[in-house]
Formats: sequence, structure tokens, C-alpha cells
Amino acid sequence: MSSLSLALRDSSTMLRRNLLHARRYPSLTLNLLLTPIMLLLLFVYIFGDTMSAGIGGGRPDRSEYIAYIVPGLLLMTIGSTTIGTAVSVSNDMTEGIIARFRTMAIHRGSVIVGHVIGSVLQSVVSVVLVGAVAVAIGFRSTDATVLEWLAAFGLLVLFSMALTWIVVGMGLVSPNAEAASNNAMPLILLPLLSSAFVPIDAMPGWFQPIAEYQPFTPAIETLRGLLLGTEIGTNGWLAVAWCLGLAVLGYFWSTSKFNDDPK
Amino acid sequence: MTDPAIAANGLRKSYGDKTVLDGVDLAVPEGTIFSLLGPNGAGKTTAVKVLSTLISPDPASGRIRVGGHDLTTAPQAVRAAIGVTGQFSAVDGLITGEENMLLMADLHHLSRLEGRQVTAELLERFDLTEAAKKPASTYSGGMKRRLDIAMTLVGNPRIIFLDEPTTGLDPRSRHTMWQIIRELVSDGVTVFLTTQYLEEADELADRIAVLNDGKIAAQGTAEELKRLIPGGHVRLRFTDPAAYQSAASALREVTCDDESLTLQLPSDGSQRELRSILDRLDSNGIEADELTVHTPDLDDVFFALTGGTAIPTQPKEAAR
Repeated sequence: MSSLSLALRDSSTMLRRNLLHARRYPSLTLNLLLTPIMLLLLFVYIFGDTMSAGIGGGRPDRSEYIAYIVPGLLLMTIGSTTIGTAVSVSNDMTEGIIARFRTMAIHRGSVIVGHVIGSVLQSVVSVVLVGAVAVAIGFRSTDATVLEWLAAFGLLVLFSMALTWIVVGMGLVSPNAEAASNNAMPLILLPLLSSAFVPIDAMPGWFQPIAEYQPFTPAIETLRGLLLGTEIGTNGWLAVAWCLGLAVLGYFWSTSKFNDDPK
Repeated sequence: MTDPAIAANGLRKSYGDKTVLDGVDLAVPEGTIFSLLGPNGAGKTTAVKVLSTLISPDPASGRIRVGGHDLTTAPQAVRAAIGVTGQFSAVDGLITGEENMLLMADLHHLSRLEGRQVTAELLERFDLTEAAKKPASTYSGGMKRRLDIAMTLVGNPRIIFLDEPTTGLDPRSRHTMWQIIRELVSDGVTVFLTTQYLEEADELADRIAVLNDGKIAAQGTAEELKRLIPGGHVRLRFTDPAAYQSAASALREVTCDDESLTLQLPSDGSQRELRSILDRLDSNGIEADELTVHTPDLDDVFFALTGGTAIPTQPKEAAR
């Protein structure tokens, strides 16, 4: 068997294993969905009037605020799902079965690739679920073209792939599940420091560059533009660059960590 | 193939300045059971990890070949020839026993049909058919080990590493495991077994190496190892110091332990020798409170070689 088809076959076997875990034990994935859904409901129904009044210049408009925060929350959902990935990778590495995989004549990277693809698929499902809640409470993106929809979807997949490669590395270097969860925590906190809930120009001046150039903001602005027709500007390229950069970094980090002798 | 299944020259492994394996030489002929025996922390597991490609040997090691392939230059070829059952269960607890088996079949690139056949056969052979649909995490210790070995066998490995396969098992499961290991070898498979139970090595292994402090302290068949140390002895215990003193002078060649009032004299444990000892005691009107016969076993070898002579465990003694 050629090395490429070996890699494909073993990776798809590992993917099946990870999906089986996710299907058999959905509670971890579902728990992680609670955070973005609760934040969505909290910001819309509890803070919605004040937030929208602040952004809209004094006139409270909750439905407009739903539109504003949904793109950020969709990306936050990805951040939240990847925390679960860090935990499950870390857990997995303590299992004897990984040692068994390492002593088998299989494609070495397939263990990690299985985790990455599994996690991206879970992110997509999570995004669809959170998106459905958003639509149920009044989010609409009816002005977007099919092409824009596809591009938005592509961005979500690319973004989740980038974060997943990073968290796989985090899971590999974490000694246990708690540490993995803590290490991946910034991924759910970063959206709070982005343009997800309030516009950047409403933030203190010294903080604006940080909020503007961290990976979430360009992705949020691009998604907002694609779904709602706001200005995208350079954010599109910035978002893609962040995603590719993080994915490549995470890929090399994770594979080199996995190839190290286990402790 | 004239090559031994496993051949290691000067195998070394250290972590920082802590040397775990300090130049181990091993040769395991094909189709035999080789047992690496040693106390906890001797480096047994590290040896298995290196030989099974899980961790790399130190660069200062000599040539190491497993299944005819060089460990460092052709690890994938080594992996294709071996199967490993580690000390800690290498099953996926989150999925069922059957799913674990099918996972192995997929990773060995068997067709769906072959995979199902092999899975059904091995589950049957290891008495796991009934538990096949239950998550492996719910299995008992013995069942997990059996599943573990069944998974190892999916790819028909020619060389199998078993790292302490019976540690923590109850006596019945241990005997089942021994039976399994014997069957493996009858199929021509080479087994590399580590254990801390001397009885197990004695029972199963064609050759035994005693590992102590990262070095092979002795190597050979169980019989050869037993010949390395002084033979058996008879031990007499007294409660009356006067009887103890007169026995000590009546019997020659005794080792005295004044504190516990115990005498020890070399003996092969034969009826004739025992009778002569008893006759001598009788003719002097001495009665011992306890007489025990100790025949040499691997325990003696083990304690003599691993410096554990202070440990007073002698399970093979039969009180008379």
C-alpha cells in the first residue's frame, strides 16, 4: 500500500474511533455548547436593551443586537468545542491504547489527524446547533447570496481547523485533562476581548489594537460581512492569514510533540 | 531464518543521568518463551518499551534486531512483526470489546469480512463473546487482559511482548493466562515475557534472564539458574535454649541463629538425609519444635542475585 493511501486509510479508521467516542459520550460536546448558547440568550434577553442602546446611539433594538452578536458567538462556539478536543486528546494520551498504536505498523500521524478531523466535524455540528438557536430567536441572514453563505461556511471550517491543530498541541503537552482544559481556556475568553459583543471603537484606546488584531476579530468581521453585508475590508485576508498561520504552527507543534518518546 | 527473533547487544537507556538499562545483551530464539525476571524498578518495562519501538534506545547501544529488522533504522518493519500487550491495559475503554477488535482489524488493513471473522474467532477463543457488546471499561481485570491479548493477536504477530501479563490477576485468571501463552508458542510464536513472579518464569519460560539494576545478573534455563546457588537446607526451630544448644553441638555443619533459636543445615531434602538428622536428634534426646525442608527454587536465585537476601519470604517451605 502506498504511504498516502495508508495515511488515508488509517486516518479514517482513527476518525471513526473518535466519532464513536463522541457519539457514545455526547455529554462533553453538549456541555461545551451550553456556554455560547447561554451567552447568546444572556446578551440578547438580559443585556440586550442596554447593549443595543449603547451601540445604536440610545435607541434600544434587540433584534439588531442579535444580528450583531451571532457571528461572534458562532466563532466562540468553535473555541468552546476545541476545549473539549484539548481535554479528549490529553485523556487519550494517558490511555494504554495510544501506546499500542505507537507499536503498530500504522501511519504515525493518523492518531492526531483522526482527532483533528473529528473535532472539526464536531465544531461544524455545534455551529449548526447554535446557529439554529440564533435563528429561532430571530437571527436572519436573508440578504446574503449563496456564494456568501458558502464562503461563511468555509471560513468557519478553516477557523475550526486552525484552532483544533493548536488545541491538539495543547492536549499533547498537558499532563492531565484539567491542565488541558486550563491551557485551552483562552480560546473561549478571547472572543470576549474581540468585536463579538461590542464594536472595537467603543473600547479604551490603548486596548483597541489588541482587540483588533487578535485572531477572533478579523474572523468575526469577515463572517459579519458575509452574513449581514457589513464592510469586510482587509479583515478577510487577515482572517485567512491567521487561520493558515495557526493551522501550520499547530500542525508542526502537534506532530513533533506526538513523535517524541512518550513519558 | 537463522536470525534469533530478538537480539540485543549492549542495550542502553537512560533518562537524564538516571541509567535504567546499562548494557543488556539478549538473544531469544524463534518459537520460544523468554522471561525477563526482576524486582520492581529493575528496568523490565523499559526493556519492553525499547524492544517494541515505543521509546528509542540510547545512541550508545549496540545493534538491536527484532524479527530480523534493525530497531532504529527500520522501526516500521519491526512493528509489522510484533504485537505488544503492555503492563497497563491497552484497550479503548470507551468502546465495546468487539469495537476494539474491529479497530485492530481495520488498522491491520483486513477486509470487512476478514475483520469480522477474526474478531468473532478471537472473542470466542478468549471467552469474551458474551461481553462483546459491552464497553471495555466495564470488564474485570482478567477480561481486560484477555481482550488486550486478543487485540494483540489480530495481526498474527510472530513475536509477542507481554509485560507482566498476570500482575493483579486472581489465581484462576493467572492460570488461564498461562494456558493462553503456552498455546501461542505451540503455534510457533516467540514470546518475550516480563514478570516478577518466579513461579511464572519457572512454569513458562524456556530461558530466563534476571534483570537487576539495569543489568542482566544471570541468564539460562530455570534449572541452570537453580544450580547457580547453594542447594536446599533443613531448618530446625527451638523454643528451649538448652535444646537449641545441645542440637547445635550434636549436629555438625550447622548455621546457627541464636536470636531465633534456629539451626540450618544443608540437605537435599531426601528421605535418607532427613532420617539421619532425626536419628541424631533422637539419640541425643533432643526434640525440635519445628522442622522445615527447603528445596532450592527460583526464589533463592532471585534473592541471591538481586541482593534481596534479607527478605524472609520462603513460600515453598512445607512445615512438618
